[in-house]
Amino acid sequence: MKRLNSVHLKHCKNTEDCSVERLPLPKIVKIPMSMHMGAPCNPLVKVKDQVFVGTKIGDTDAFMSAPIHSSVSGTVKAISDYLMANGRTCKMVEIETDGNQTVDENIKPINLSDRASFLKSVRESGAVGLGGAGFPTHIKLNPKTPIDILVVNGAECEPYITSDYRLMLDNPKRILGGIKKVMKVCGIPKACVGIEANKPQAIAKFKELTKDMEEIEIHELPSTYPQGAEKVLIYSTTGRIVAEGELPSDQGVIVMNVSTAGFLQSYFETGMPLVERTLTIDGSAVKKPCNITVPIGTPIRDALEYAQTDIESINKLIMGGPMMGMCVYSVDSPIIKMNNAILALNDYVPPVTTDCIKCGRCIKACPFNLMPREIELAYKTKNVSQLQKLKVGLCMNCGSCTYVCPAKRPLAETNQLAKGLLPRR
Amino acid sequence: MSKNLTVTSSPHRRDSISTQKIMLMVIIALLPSVVASAIYFGGRAILLIAVCVATCVLTEFICRKLMKRNQTISDLSACVTGILLALNLPVTLPIWEAIIGSFVAIAVVKQLFGGIGQNFANPAIVGRIVLMLSFTADMTTWAIPKYYQASEGVITGATPLVSGDSSYMDLFLGNVGGCLGETSALAILIGGLFLIVMRVITPSAPISFIGTVALLTFITGGDVLYQVLAGGLLLGAFFMATDYSTTPITEKGKIIFGIGCGIITFVIRNYGGYPEGVSFSILLMNILTPYIDRLTMTKPVGAKYPEKNKEEVSK
Repeated sequence: MKRLNSVHLKHCKNTEDCSVERLPLPKIVKIPMSMHMGAPCNPLVKVKDQVFVGTKIGDTDAFMSAPIHSSVSGTVKAISDYLMANGRTCKMVEIETDGNQTVDENIKPINLSDRASFLKSVRESGAVGLGGAGFPTHIKLNPKTPIDILVVNGAECEPYITSDYRLMLDNPKRILGGIKKVMKVCGIPKACVGIEANKPQAIAKFKELTKDMEEIEIHELPSTYPQGAEKVLIYSTTGRIVAEGELPSDQGVIVMNVSTAGFLQSYFETGMPLVERTLTIDGSAVKKPCNITVPIGTPIRDALEYAQTDIESINKLIMGGPMMGMCVYSVDSPIIKMNNAILALNDYVPPVTTDCIKCGRCIKACPFNLMPREIELAYKTKNVSQLQKLKVGLCMNCGSCTYVCPAKRPLAETNQLAKGLLPRR
Repeated sequence: MSKNLTVTSSPHRRDSISTQKIMLMVIIALLPSVVASAIYFGGRAILLIAVCVATCVLTEFICRKLMKRNQTISDLSACVTGILLALNLPVTLPIWEAIIGSFVAIAVVKQLFGGIGQNFANPAIVGRIVLMLSFTADMTTWAIPKYYQASEGVITGATPLVSGDSSYMDLFLGNVGGCLGETSALAILIGGLFLIVMRVITPSAPISFIGTVALLTFITGGDVLYQVLAGGLLLGAFFMATDYSTTPITEKGKIIFGIGCGIITFVIRNYGGYPEGVSFSILLMNILTPYIDRLTMTKPVGAKYPEKNKEEVSK
């Protein structure tokens, strides 16, 4: 099988030996109503309302969405407008914590029965893809086509991040429990867990635990970027190619992150919806890199202070990994559902862009064999038919082309701008 | 509300490679040839190289100033052009002619087309060809290396491609008449190997170029090793047929480019009016590069092409 192009990154997994700690309860949490792909939720609470851990505070009738729950017990202090990192605005519920963390009385373990009620419970849990994209889980688990392989993403190919790795080491049974539940209810006969070779302990642990389970395969993947990207992972575990315009389910595959599988298991055990998040805190400004579990909505500042960060020195704050993460403009922004890492950098120097020397490195780096240099030229001349021929729509914004460019050109960014020129389907 | 932070699109991390580093590695790869030229042709070789480099850098500086563009001499590409051009000149060439060649290379071939990455032809090659056509006598007077034992007392002679009487060992080490950098195959191979190991170039173009010349020579019953080692083939194959901006961008394209260069070189050497055809072959293939690029576009993974278009194309 031909291997897709990839790049080698320094792993920087400084926190791989840091077991997960729990952040002291913050004084206030700010929960945005958009923490998933799709329509934002409407707040279901008013100022001065009393809420508990697990109380639903946001929901919508839109198909593509996931409800939002309070992560603390306390009083709603304000409902404000929040400018998100992507430039859009949504409502945000600010809750003052009372310190008791009283659990909502409706929270109780869930009995797994038929598929329809399973999907309904998954929706009510507020589950979204925890790998970073935030695709609502109940929609992903309800595809129109039959599924024969569940691909579980334990690649964690981004540098720095180790939150999935810690879950795989510390709670592998929870992950396997979630995988089995999904397989059982959705009738999927086989699962492939893909883990990068730079996590030998996790691979050994999973191989040990699954040695009697024929239906679950453990795949050791090369430690190259972007191994954990959905289409790349599907190709390296199953050999299937998700073609242009197709969803993974069109190839009979569903991809789920290990953290999502782990969450589903604990949700069915306890009934507690998605109200907390385990994430890695690292970066050059962080003195004590760590993995912590925080209530969703915790201000990034609290987490950074816990990790002994020199907050004044930060000049770039990234939500997610250094390759695909999104910049955050303020340390007072909240931690959200799909936030697998916070990187605080104090040594970021904007690269100086020079002219393209046509070295072809971007083409050799692209996992999908796209030609970023040609796309850039076509974009400059607004040549839409050429852009369509170059298949810019396939770009997943992994950033490999920008990473390897010796002229420091923002190629991945240009690809996204070029996509905007394509006619809408 | 605290201060706002830098916000950019991803990725937030870049590889340490830069244009300047790439050019620096090419310069390092050319050093063995520079040293070899000094050994065989003496101090004047170094003088010629220095003049070409200085003229190229100064020309680029003035051009960028006049065109009111940002300064690019720090990327070292003008330096590379200067060294390459000098290595393609005979040691006896008058200094002022070398200055003209360097000026043409940078001002006409590179900067008039927009500077680095925009030129369609290799500046050093065109510089050499302009000098070749303008000062044919000076450009084809080959100094005999200091250590050439066979013909003592003789100062100049023919290129080994014409005389055809040099030993393989002399050709390999560079103890023959010729341009500064083209005589020593050993020095060029060391530099070429360095570039391949450092992943600055891929071996596709050099191998297909040299391989084609060797194959055609073999088929026609010529002396394969002699044809490969003599003349400018190795220098051209490793350092000029691998120039980024003037050769195809994909590996497939690079192989086509190399084969094309090999065929043209063979034809000129054996049936043309000039004893050497490497620079002409590279220039001709430079011109074809945009077409090769268009024919060797990559097929993206998972790309779907509508059936309709196929029918239209076949009509």
